[in-house]
Amino acid sequence: MDHNHDHPHESPLNRRSLLTRCAGWAGTAAIYNMAGGIVSSISLEAALAAGKPAARTKSFTFVQISDTHIGFDKAANSNVHATAVQAVERIKAMPVKPDLILHTGDITHLSKDDQFDDARQILSGLDVPIFYVPGEHDFLDEGQGKTFLSHYGRGTHGLGWYSFDHDGVHFVALNNVAALKPAGMAHLGDDQIAWLKKDLAGVPSSAPVVVFAHIPLWTVYEAWGWGTDDAGQALALLRRFGSVTILNGHIHQVLHKMEGNVSFHSARSTAYPQPAPGAAPSPGPLKVPAEQLPSMLGIRTANFVHGNGPIALIDASFA
Amino acid sequence: MPVLSYFGRFAFLAALAVPAVLVLPRAAAAVPAKAQKVAIDNFAFAPQVIMVAPGTTVTWTNDDEDPHTVTATDKSFHSAAIDTDESYSFTFTRPGEYAYFCSLHPHMTGKVIVKG
Repeated sequence: MDHNHDHPHESPLNRRSLLTRCAGWAGTAAIYNMAGGIVSSISLEAALAAGKPAARTKSFTFVQISDTHIGFDKAANSNVHATAVQAVERIKAMPVKPDLILHTGDITHLSKDDQFDDARQILSGLDVPIFYVPGEHDFLDEGQGKTFLSHYGRGTHGLGWYSFDHDGVHFVALNNVAALKPAGMAHLGDDQIAWLKKDLAGVPSSAPVVVFAHIPLWTVYEAWGWGTDDAGQALALLRRFGSVTILNGHIHQVLHKMEGNVSFHSARSTAYPQPAPGAAPSPGPLKVPAEQLPSMLGIRTANFVHGNGPIALIDASFA
Repeated sequence: MPVLSYFGRFAFLAALAVPAVLVLPRAAAAVPAKAQKVAIDNFAFAPQVIMVAPGTTVTWTNDDEDPHTVTATDKSFHSAAIDTDESYSFTFTRPGEYAYFCSLHPHMTGKVIVKG
């Protein structure tokens, strides 16, 4: 499906461009259109009938939040609800309203319905579409992901993967927490990689691509499982694109890596920090003095500038 | 299963060669159910490998601030999320080697060897 057309886009959010790649939009927050406080959904048919997406015509901003861990109540942060609210306040205070928000997983701590509900309640304060991928903490229920998928999976493919376009940028949401194997790292699986191949086939190499998934798609620290064992297959499919930005959470700290045209970026959590790779006996929650905590939590802002410039990421802590 | 047949053969040979040995498991079966504890501490199962008699109930208790799971590699048993200070128990009735891991942190692995 070609998405390079010069239809005028709508401001601030070009819904058509978000929806037209047909993959998975229906299961994401994108289908929810806040109007007068009432959430309404639009059908895929209506979205497709609205026309093909616009080529990138303007700069825009989006936000990444991660690892809200709603339900965590231990010493590392006894009030993760409050710090998630803090993230919402930060986003509301931004000088430019973001077009969309990506949540890179671990929405909840224990995949419980009330935790998903609490997260939704907190984030509903933002009148901006939010796109989710699950973290392993969101796949902890007896049904191994059923609860997450009942909240966010409608219309997505497989176990919750999908893509969409916004202003000429192709966004791909991957799930690498569903098939963790003993002694191994995160895993995408053949079904998802086959879908990705098909999905990318219609995207011109000149289109900037943003991939978001919970666990890093590059090996940060194998001994702690901080990597994705079959990420290489996904990266091979992304190699032909001029600009690929890969965003993840999971490790609760900011890390960057460049590999040719592909850049990898891990984001802070809004809940609690974790140790640097190998800096502690285990990757468990890092307890820091209360006054230090805000400097280790935060959100990420991404600015896309029209033209060939790279995406500009700003990681801002709560301090 | 090869593992089970190995132990089956072992028990058979043991019965032929040293009949006295066979008496012990029988006696063990008569006493109240056995229990064995495994701690989950610092993202590791401790002890990582345990050897128990059939009928033993193994209880894992999570001492970490992060939840963990006990998930059999062959999926024959698995816990829900075990949060801080929570426990999960499973009774092993059949001899064999049961490899397991934490499905949240798959680098955490352990094994229960059930030997009659």
